[in-house]
Amino acid sequence: MPQNALPDDPTPVPLLKTPLDAWHRRHGARMVPFAGYAMPVQYDFTGDLAARCKGGVMAEHLHTRANAGLFDVSHMGQATLSGNAVAIALEALVPGDIAGLKPGRQRYTLFTNEAGGIIDDLMVARLAEDHLFLVVNASRKDTDFTHLAVNLPGHITVTRHDDRALLALQGPRAATVLSRLSPEAAALPFMGVAALTLGGIDCLVSRSGYTGEDGFEISVPAADAEALANTLTANDEVVPVGLGARDSLRLEAGLCLYGNDIDELTTPIEAGLNWVIGKRRKQTWDFPGGLVVRDQLDNGTTRRRVGIRPDGRASARAQTTIMADDGTEAGIVTSGGFGPSVNGPVAMGYVRKDLADDGTKLTLIVRGKTIPATIVPLPFVPHRYSR
Amino acid sequence: MANKSADKRYTKDHEWIVLDGDIATVGITDHAQEQLGDLVHVELPELERTVAEGETVAVVESVKAASDVFAPLAGKVVEINETIVEDPSIVNSDAEGEGWFFRIEIDDTDAFEALLDQDGYDEYLETL
Repeated sequence: MPQNALPDDPTPVPLLKTPLDAWHRRHGARMVPFAGYAMPVQYDFTGDLAARCKGGVMAEHLHTRANAGLFDVSHMGQATLSGNAVAIALEALVPGDIAGLKPGRQRYTLFTNEAGGIIDDLMVARLAEDHLFLVVNASRKDTDFTHLAVNLPGHITVTRHDDRALLALQGPRAATVLSRLSPEAAALPFMGVAALTLGGIDCLVSRSGYTGEDGFEISVPAADAEALANTLTANDEVVPVGLGARDSLRLEAGLCLYGNDIDELTTPIEAGLNWVIGKRRKQTWDFPGGLVVRDQLDNGTTRRRVGIRPDGRASARAQTTIMADDGTEAGIVTSGGFGPSVNGPVAMGYVRKDLADDGTKLTLIVRGKTIPATIVPLPFVPHRYSR
Repeated sequence: MANKSADKRYTKDHEWIVLDGDIATVGITDHAQEQLGDLVHVELPELERTVAEGETVAVVESVKAASDVFAPLAGKVVEINETIVEDPSIVNSDAEGEGWFFRIEIDDTDAFEALLDQDGYDEYLETL
């Protein structure tokens, strides 16, 4: 095997630590660099946790689908936006209907650029009339916060919450677990958000996630993160789950990873994220790149994001070339790997529009060999959100 | 865990080699399987294939990544372990035993002697 098969650290600067760094190491985490942070990729459990789950990407993934997994996503960026008519102000930067978001609700949206490309994908929660709460990608937070500082009107205050941790509790047992701490949390509707107390700790809880399962994301002061993680893992259903399973879970759920599946050179229409454009916003198209996006919605795009099932057992990883049956280039894989719940390889990528229909047969070039593959609908594993 | 014998050698690519006459049995080390995590797919070389030292002859894939396995010695592939293709988790549970990959009839037994011995491999792991 090549030496680069072993974890190495390409980051020359010291890695940042989440508030749960020591907690992860105590619980058998294998730490790897990700977006400038030391993050748990998987765990070797001992004691009580080992009795619940074997550990490792496969077992952690399957545990999340069957029970509940606790993810540390504190590397992500959290911020509050406040000021008069803040929702309308943010709409200048995103295609979503933010003004129509009721207090206590959140929505997935995108920062777009003038070409219609995606600067980042994010969650926006409306906490009060003039008070929004944002969660953005770790790898994009500096870009995003600069973007906000430069482009929002001067009366809008942007407050970064680098002093807060973010935990995600995901899986079919997540609501049962949280109900023991807060019936109000467990009663939240999908994409509902509320400030609640969990085990005596003030938290901001939303019913959302990145696994395709029912679950919650919990923003908590950094100083209370360990206590909350301990409170949650005191429940028999819960084990900590690393970034490895987070990636395989979101891939099976057909969810985009920024930097892989979407970036500044892909548009919401190419990415199949048409639904993020608010109905009201389609009257005016007054967001960055709005006219480009309108044109693509009316006239189509040259390529589309699709689900791909490779035949056999070998995985097609990101950057795998996709060929059409006639030998012409069809596109490229942007995310791919083994899907533990599918029990086989799964991938997403961009293909030419004429090859993007479900059932289309294509060929993947993996390590110099050709592998037959089929375009399939996303997600690979049905979403089980609480509606 | 496998027994650590005098007739066992290692490479810095984390392969182990046991020699019996001129037949070398090759697999990946326990350290390698530990680092790779849950294996989900293995590709083995074709029988009768002539391989050069350092040539890519097999592939192991975990959920997260694929890695090449190289021929540690030149020779001809005379046997492959189909059971790890059927169930790659055998490599995780017994990397240096039941999880062997392939057997090569080697050209040069001196080349075997030149590979890392147990102490040499252990010392190498210390440097990682």
